[in-house]
Amino acid sequence: MSRHRLDARRLLCPMPVIRTQDKIKDLAPGDVLEVVCSDPGAKADIPAWCRINGHRVVEIEDRGDELRIVIEVGGAP
Amino acid sequence: MSEQRKAVALISGGLDSMLAARLIQEQGIHVEGINFFTGFCVEGHTHAIRKKDKAKPKRNNALWVAEQLGIKLHIIDVVEEYKDVLLNPKHGYGANMNPCLDCKGFMVKKAHQWMEENGFDFIITGEVVGQRPMSQRRDTMPVVARESGAHDRLLRPLCAKLLPPTLPEREGWVDRERLLDISGRSRKRQMELARQFGIQDYAQPAGGCCFLTDETYSRRLVDLWQARGERDYELDDVMLLKVGRHIRPNERFKLIVGREEGENRFLEGYRKQFVHLYPESHTGPLVLLDGRPTEEDQELAARITARFSKGRNAERVTVAVVDRDGQTRRLEVAPLPAHAIPEDWYV
Repeated sequence: MSRHRLDARRLLCPMPVIRTQDKIKDLAPGDVLEVVCSDPGAKADIPAWCRINGHRVVEIEDRGDELRIVIEVGGAP
Repeated sequence: MSEQRKAVALISGGLDSMLAARLIQEQGIHVEGINFFTGFCVEGHTHAIRKKDKAKPKRNNALWVAEQLGIKLHIIDVVEEYKDVLLNPKHGYGANMNPCLDCKGFMVKKAHQWMEENGFDFIITGEVVGQRPMSQRRDTMPVVARESGAHDRLLRPLCAKLLPPTLPEREGWVDRERLLDISGRSRKRQMELARQFGIQDYAQPAGGCCFLTDETYSRRLVDLWQARGERDYELDDVMLLKVGRHIRPNERFKLIVGREEGENRFLEGYRKQFVHLYPESHTGPLVLLDGRPTEEDQELAARITARFSKGRNAERVTVAVVDRDGQTRRLEVAPLPAHAIPEDWYV
């Protein structure tokens, strides 16, 4: 298990989702990815994307102008 | 036991592609969705920029549809590749800057590549014969199948019975009898089908999912190309065309004026890429300045900024003009009277 970070600040939806998706492709089940983004739309979209693709959102921290979303990569396939 | 067949469905977030995917799921096929982000997509967030629309749920419609269907969704960034589709469409444009036929061909081609890379068997779309004047006609549907390279692995479940049988039908992977024969622009049968499937909430049918079919948007895009002297764009350019009032007093510069708080906040995100202005002595909009203005132009930009501020009837308004690197200077200006902004400055 390893921990990774993705800076998706200043990107507008759906780009933060696309970057998250592309990053997770290279990770292993159980790995943790912390995504930092600034588009408030990501608060709904990244968890929705995780739900349909079998990943788990562990934590969402809303810092006002920034969001921190922690994802645990789900099992394959 | 027969092999589990797999289909990749083009999911726009609208009703038709949702129904097409659902029809194929009903036949025991494993379906996953694919959605392409071109930069011109209209979805929940675009409307949510404006504060008055904040109450509406903010969602990406394609993700929402995938969740309703219980399928995976792969969102593909095609912003760079899409430029060639928009700038050089082999089949030309529709009523506005919409290259619908080339666009559909491009998306099916990308889906076909994805299908091959991921070991899927065929592609499905929500296309309906006669629904769109350019891309969804009986004579253009074979063009999409051919030019995309998908050929008979492209199945349109909503109107399949009106078209020659495709490979999945001939091979018996799907039962042609359980596919449909919808045609034309009416939405009645789709809405009825939605009711049968218990789908109550969906993005407004026929609302269009692309800004390029929008007249104002297309005009702004052409104006951008004319002003820059070249037909090219970056993602930021096309995002900004969706927001605010666009005012071009002359060929040297254009202003993008936030209409309310939500738009002002959105435009604030571009402060490092553009010179920006805002009234300091009164509340008012954030204004981005795009182009190469002279000293006089900057004064005019400040007067227009003042015109859209709460100080529009004041004698003088202080307007801050901020460079990309944050250097600020202040101009004391008289707000431009409303009648001094000719209609044709509005892009």
